Amino acid sequence: MESTPWESELTLDLHRQFGSQIIEFASYREQNFLIARAGAVPAIIEYLKLQRGFDYLVDITAVHWPEREEPFDLIYILYSFSRNERIRIKTRIAEGDRPASVVSLYPGANWLEREVFDMFGIEFAGHPDLRRILLPEEWTGHPLRKDYPITQMDQQWVREHIGIESGQ
Amino acid sequence: MATQTFLDANELVLNMGPQHPSTHGVLRVILKLDGEKVIGTDCIIGYLHRGIEKIGENRTYPMFAPYVDRMDYISAVSNGLGYCLAVEKLLGVEAPPKAQAVRVILTEMNRITSHLVWLGTHALDIGAITPVFYTFREREEALKIFEAYCGARLTTHAFRIGGLQYDLYDTFERDVRKFCDDFLPRIDEYEQLLTGNRIWVERLTGIGILTAEDCKRYGVTGPLLRAAGVQWDIRKAFPYSGYERYEFDVPIGRNADTYDRYLVRMQEMRQSVRIIRQAVDGIPEGPIMAKVPKVMKPPAGEVYVSIEAPKGELGYYIISDGTITPYRVRVRPPSFVNLQALDKMAKGALIADIVAIIGTIDIVLGEVDR
Repeated sequence: MESTPWESELTLDLHRQFGSQIIEFASYREQNFLIARAGAVPAIIEYLKLQRGFDYLVDITAVHWPEREEPFDLIYILYSFSRNERIRIKTRIAEGDRPASVVSLYPGANWLEREVFDMFGIEFAGHPDLRRILLPEEWTGHPLRKDYPITQMDQQWVREHIGIESGQ
Repeated sequence: MATQTFLDANELVLNMGPQHPSTHGVLRVILKLDGEKVIGTDCIIGYLHRGIEKIGENRTYPMFAPYVDRMDYISAVSNGLGYCLAVEKLLGVEAPPKAQAVRVILTEMNRITSHLVWLGTHALDIGAITPVFYTFREREEALKIFEAYCGARLTTHAFRIGGLQYDLYDTFERDVRKFCDDFLPRIDEYEQLLTGNRIWVERLTGIGILTAEDCKRYGVTGPLLRAAGVQWDIRKAFPYSGYERYEFDVPIGRNADTYDRYLVRMQEMRQSVRIIRQAVDGIPEGPIMAKVPKVMKPPAGEVYVSIEAPKGELGYYIISDGTITPYRVRVRPPSFVNLQALDKMAKGALIADIVAIIGTIDIVLGEVDR
């Protein structure tokens, strides 16, 4: 991605607050994002919410890059009503890492984090109710991982619950 | 002394759905009740999960476009617009002015049809059976225009990445103007039936309150947020497809309750007519398709593009790795996020109000589950 550096009063402030915890401030197609270390993300989100008016958590999602050492990107999209500004926070996490939940900051993160757990198998530490949300509770596997082929399904679940040999 | 039986228990757990006429699809809600009072809810969703995001990773950019129509299937045009805008942003192209104007016309008509389905079914839930016949009558006229334009009524696939596939048919402008002229007085008719109707007012006023503060905490957008008094609309905040050229107001409510959401949506339909009239009077001449390659390979990168869908903020977060298929397509569905606030709105309400509250959120389960 050919991103350009993102510099503003906000990035200077964040750099002052979080120093080397934020790896990069960048901009692509006029959209600003920052890349931070996973441990600092909840603190950055809290600071942005309480001090800088980013009071709307638009979305949380993840991306799987299986060939990487830290195979997951976690993406938070934040918006500020007062500044009319949208930013993205990206971080990398390894298999088995348990990033901290942000439900205590934004109750709306509850279902979004459950969906990430359901689809990618990323567990959020401190989430009040981490269950699958779109797939059945007993399902095995996390479909949005790249090593989960599009035609794969939990054959045993299909046999037990739908009573047919295969869904394919 | 008699031993306690289940009849003495104060709490009752009641299952509602997934096959229930008032859940607007396959939504299952587990209600925890104290008498008739709701003390907690738990939504079980996913019955319509088709793995849209996974499918997106396995299709080329143009091939995925018809799939997005099948999320919020009563506002397929909006879904398609959001997706096209996101891919256009990745490609660095913009639809030509004529295509933008046509997109605005069809998207606003789609907002009207979506609100009409909401109004008819919501009124039906409350017990008023007449409005649904009227709203579906008017909706039919709009669907006829969709059909004449692109051949489909619901899952329209009306737009293409880079612009439009089809030019306007001969009587398009006349049909749209006639629709606007006929439709505007119909809104007054609906209001005559409902706005002052004593049952309607008493069933909706003060029900399902979600304050502006709570809306922001839960990420709730669209008419729910505006009914809470926040004048926020993506068409104004981040104008797309030339919305900055049209004059329109963003109606807001004050009481953040179900009744105000009804008033907001009624006003929004009037504003949509206002936008359509401006757009149809000024359709520019020119091409309908920007220069896009036959084989689309957006440069590696990522964008998040959102639009004001009839139900709230509909966003697409697309990552390209430079190949013909997206590496990741994330859909930020308004229905899914808004439904999460059901628990907050339902706590303390009576069981009969649950139906009104589910109706007022205006969900489409195809989009909740994707």
